[in-house]
Amino acid sequence: MTEILNGEKIKYLEEKAKTIRISIIEMLAEAGSGHTAGSLGMADVFSLLYFHVLKHDPKNPTDENRDRLVLSNGHICPVLYSSMAHAGYFPIEELQTFRKFGSRLQGHPHREFLSLLETSSGPLGEGLSQAVGMALALRMDGKDNSVVCLTGDGELDEGQVWEAVMQAGKEKLGKLIAIVDRNNIQIDGSTDMVMPLEPLTEKFESFNWDVYEVNGNDLEAVNEAIRESEFVTDKPSVIIAHTISGKGVKEIEGDYHWHGKAPSKDEAEKFIVELSR
Amino acid sequence: MLNPKLFDTDVAMKSTRDGFSDGLLLAADENPNVVGLCADLTESVKMDAFKKKYPKRFIEMGIAEQSMASVASGMAAIGKIPFMASYAVFSPGRNWEQIRTTICYNNANVKIIGSHGGVTVGEDGGSHQALEDIALARVLPNMTVIVPCDAIEAKKATLAASRTNKPFYIRLSRTKTPVITVEETPFEIGKSSVVYSSDNAGVGIVATGTLLYNALVAAKELKESGISVSVLYLPTIKPLDTEGLLDFAKKCSGKIVSVEEHQVHGGMGSALAEFYAENYPVSMEFIGVKDQFGQSGKPEELIKHYGLDKDAIIEAVKKILKR
Repeated sequence: MTEILNGEKIKYLEEKAKTIRISIIEMLAEAGSGHTAGSLGMADVFSLLYFHVLKHDPKNPTDENRDRLVLSNGHICPVLYSSMAHAGYFPIEELQTFRKFGSRLQGHPHREFLSLLETSSGPLGEGLSQAVGMALALRMDGKDNSVVCLTGDGELDEGQVWEAVMQAGKEKLGKLIAIVDRNNIQIDGSTDMVMPLEPLTEKFESFNWDVYEVNGNDLEAVNEAIRESEFVTDKPSVIIAHTISGKGVKEIEGDYHWHGKAPSKDEAEKFIVELSR
Repeated sequence: MLNPKLFDTDVAMKSTRDGFSDGLLLAADENPNVVGLCADLTESVKMDAFKKKYPKRFIEMGIAEQSMASVASGMAAIGKIPFMASYAVFSPGRNWEQIRTTICYNNANVKIIGSHGGVTVGEDGGSHQALEDIALARVLPNMTVIVPCDAIEAKKATLAASRTNKPFYIRLSRTKTPVITVEETPFEIGKSSVVYSSDNAGVGIVATGTLLYNALVAAKELKESGISVSVLYLPTIKPLDTEGLLDFAKKCSGKIVSVEEHQVHGGMGSALAEFYAENYPVSMEFIGVKDQFGQSGKPEELIKHYGLDKDAIIEAVKKILKR
């Protein structure tokens, strides 16, 4: 059972989110390419997952009793790598190798390079199916680990996502939690313009999902949704997390042009000053 | 060692998909981690016996081959040995990128079973006759590709695949075909075998899948007309049995006819050509479908129409001999 956040814990998680964000900017600037907006936007969710919600042990990464985290929108891996490093899975300095030849931290996550990952990802729409497979297999084995799958919102354009949504509802996968990064941007513009998703809550509900719609940059709100979802054991849960892309750096917040762009070294310096406040 | 009744008119007939059914049961009996996934074709791809015996280890996916590949990958990540079955047109056709990314890129222990390979699907027509699946599968890193020649081989290949920890593609046929081998015939992943041997063979025929039968009949007829050929059965298209292939070409005067129920482009013959061109240049003829789609008809009509019958093989042998 996930615990309620008290003031002290919130402060701790906010600090972690700040550190995760600073590392994201540092690694992206060093790499010279990569996805800034979504990575910053999801830093609060990652802080909450890695430092509060997930049952996991960086000292024993293959522990079969760990919860599984599947990052379906692999392009926001800077936030994954940064969170893993700060949680102790690998040295923080290794983040500087991101996207470089020979690095374990590939441009999109590749488990053959970094075995600490639950899966490889990048091509969109495939993570939820894998999470469904994990949840089915864990249930067959009588295990009660959670499987958390993070997806983008633009990613929901992919038909395969809805194949998985349909099956998860059918199979009543109560230990599956999907978190949709609802930041309203995708490469070609706003999700409303490219391919409208609304009414999204109703879509998931009609597939027999337990649905929460919250401010994804509000640690307490996301935590409360996760806590509530844990009482629902006969349905998969989805948290539609409204986030602000680029969160923490005012001049790029909500700007879809920053989806796949990295800050220059000068910009990074400026952004880090702002994030450090 | 082959079926002694091979060339008799009453040779036993059984489809390779039925052989898969037998093999999956053996694999499931042996290892509780073996699970089955199917996309609304359970009876047709012969996963029904497994489903009946192990209902809790069977996942009905609905008509969702793309998700099936990734669900299987997720199950493999927890330690299951998923066998996912559909028609080859849909898997690895429809879901090729899911297989690439979530299975092969992860090196996930998933066994992909593609039934209804080739034109012998028959009356359903070209849309359902997979002629590109070997190419799709063999181009993927980490993938092993097997095309068994009969039901017994399909059973053995299924069981052998379940004992490995790697992605596999096994291609099956819908129609009943002659049982070529016997239970005692050795099967090993990655090994070919000379199944028809002639001294001083002027040509070597390399066949995969159920067309091996036509190759053997052709070899026999050729011998009767005074032309000596040998036949190599190549069930594993990837990884290639390079040693066996090299030895075979040397013993067969450097003339090779490839035989497969697949597009010539990208199939087993292409794999042979890639290997031989680099290591032991040979002259080749390719028996296969030549850049066309299939159509409706009886399997034997289609085999003849697309030039996959024993007469076409005999012709190819004669042609290459003149070169």
